[in-house]
Amino acid sequence: MRKIAIYGKGGIGKSTTTQNTVAGLVEAGKNVKVVGCDPKADSTRLLLGGLAQKTVLDTLREEGEDVELEDIVKEGYGGVRCVESGGPEPGVGCAGRGIITSINLLEQLGAWDEQFKIDYTFYDVLGDVVCGGFAMPIREGKAQEIYIVVSGEMMAMYAANNICKGIKKYAQAGGVRLGGLICNSRKVDNEREMIEELAKRLGTKMIHFVPRDNMVQRAEINRKTVIDFEPEHNQADEYRALAKAIDENDLFVIPEPLAIDELEKLLIDFGIAS
Amino acid sequence: MLLRHTTKEVKERKALTVNPAKTCQPVGAMYAALGVHGCLPHSHGSQGCCSYHRSALTRHYKEPVMAATSSFTEGSSVFGGQANLLQAIDNMFTIYEPEIVAVHSTCLSETIGDDLGQIVAKAKDDGKIPEGKHVVQASTPSYVGSHVTGYANMLEAFVKYFAFNTNEKVRQVNLLSGWVEPSDMREIKRIAEIMKVQNILLPDTSDVVDTPMTGKYEMYPKGGTTVKEIVSMGNSMSTIAMGEWCSKKAAIMLDNKCKVPFTMTDVAIGIKASDRFIQALSTAGKVSIPEAISEERGRLLDMVTDMHQYLYGKRVALWGDPDTLIPLTEFLLDLDMKPVYIVSGTPGKRFEKRMSEILCNKLPEAKVKNGPQADMFLMHQWIKEESVDLLIGNTYGKYIARDEGVPFVRMGFPIIDRVGHSYFPTVGYQGAIRILEKMLGAIMDKIDATTPEESFELVM
Repeated sequence: MRKIAIYGKGGIGKSTTTQNTVAGLVEAGKNVKVVGCDPKADSTRLLLGGLAQKTVLDTLREEGEDVELEDIVKEGYGGVRCVESGGPEPGVGCAGRGIITSINLLEQLGAWDEQFKIDYTFYDVLGDVVCGGFAMPIREGKAQEIYIVVSGEMMAMYAANNICKGIKKYAQAGGVRLGGLICNSRKVDNEREMIEELAKRLGTKMIHFVPRDNMVQRAEINRKTVIDFEPEHNQADEYRALAKAIDENDLFVIPEPLAIDELEKLLIDFGIAS
Repeated sequence: MLLRHTTKEVKERKALTVNPAKTCQPVGAMYAALGVHGCLPHSHGSQGCCSYHRSALTRHYKEPVMAATSSFTEGSSVFGGQANLLQAIDNMFTIYEPEIVAVHSTCLSETIGDDLGQIVAKAKDDGKIPEGKHVVQASTPSYVGSHVTGYANMLEAFVKYFAFNTNEKVRQVNLLSGWVEPSDMREIKRIAEIMKVQNILLPDTSDVVDTPMTGKYEMYPKGGTTVKEIVSMGNSMSTIAMGEWCSKKAAIMLDNKCKVPFTMTDVAIGIKASDRFIQALSTAGKVSIPEAISEERGRLLDMVTDMHQYLYGKRVALWGDPDTLIPLTEFLLDLDMKPVYIVSGTPGKRFEKRMSEILCNKLPEAKVKNGPQADMFLMHQWIKEESVDLLIGNTYGKYIARDEGVPFVRMGFPIIDRVGHSYFPTVGYQGAIRILEKMLGAIMDKIDATTPEESFELVM
């Protein structure tokens, strides 16, 4: 089983990209599990056809210790096993601790038991690595590979670089590695080349360039992935290609994060400043 | 009337716990760590946590309990405690020279998401752990489980780190002890010796928290399971784990890691649980039960029959930890006593299940509750509804005992207002005799103090 964590700046399209990619893997016959690690609990919406999921933490709060696996795992598109860890409302409590609690609980309940024959687990993690809790999915024995969703916008690249710092810290003591950057295009000038260069500097590669297409939004409003909503569309093929690239990926590295001035120079060199 | 505000009427509570029947996870982690020779417990959190946990143990054992702390500040809470722990590991090995440092987390370090495994690995990479020395770690947030959970987690951490199977069969049996007194650990070893069963007891706090006064302070007393012994547990024939809550995790770990099969038994309190323990020892060690053990059992039975009239039908309220409450309840029923009220702050669904199996035939009306709302307040309310003849539990019951005028036998953790528990065991047949002696003493003192002059008895 491969365990994958998806990180990236808030709003970059992690959840959308993850779910569309998962749809691609499912179509290719893989057995996939998605664990949403975002208090907003919207990481499985497209796979389940709506926010139909009761979160692990809500269940835990209501049922006490009598939680059963069936209460929190729901099957979605093509049999994907979906879990939302959930968490507090904005401004209260501790969302990071929520992730630790819910992943511990899932392990206790045997969510990764051999009987489920899971090929892939995807952890879709909120925003940047903001505290220890959000790094839970990359602790020893959890996700071994990480993909960072990024675009040519400066802040997204900043965030990607920052996440690499977190990965490096954990990679030195454990087995977690960076699998690559996924560029979710914002139609920035020279975007593809720039991200390829950023990836190179980090010691990894851009695993796929996902072009911007309104079809993604259209599918999203219909609570579906593109592959599910419009399987013949070009964009569906893009996600299939991304799924295939991840499936065939064999470059796993400990990233070397850039110094800030290096990162800024990269942006200037690729003509963003002019 | 110290608890005069306690009402008789029980109302359903969802969020509130009053006078909990449990304490913090790290207290258990610290106690388990003291049962390993040359081990210095380390609390990864703020200083206050460490001070409290140490003093909780010191008050009970009346011995100095040493432990180090990561001394979190506001800065460490924001930036993570890695720097503090790395420095602490360096300091401990340089200044206090322990064989092992047993790190446990606290609520704060858990909540900010410090990954002890990662920090300890880094300490090793950075060369902060000297050759031949060890750092073991366990995750022990107090908002999960109780002190019992912390004990189980630390015990598991020790076998996970040390036990190793070299494919060489050693004719010995692993004994994983539940949370009992140093006197009990000594008693377990005595029984095993009489039975001629080679064994490794883990943890073993005898000669650690009950050391003799010699005039010389030893930071690491002679007792405790040694590293070599724990390593060899991986080659043992089998494991006997005493008490599900405290020792099952470690037993499973030994089975998974070293393929040493285990038998789960209760802590050997009372007749039946001691029988089961002796039987398990005999099976595991492939030895017959010697005459000396049967004689101990016989003496216990003799005392039970002699004194049965004072025990029969007596209503008892008890509180404490699941591993000891389960066999104690069974023992009381064997004495024809009525353990009517039982609470434990330690959660775990198996508790009510085990209790109802034990109680269903003889005393179906008994009230049993465990988990966060099973507290001393609830216990007191039940007693106010219908009183009892005897209380058995830790020191926190003394308020109820005084207010309600009920005889009180101290058992469990903590006992901070009486002595003796460190020296006189309550496990095995001898231990059961001591429990009987204490119960009878309390019951008879009350009879002597309150009986009318015309029926005051010289001989009892």
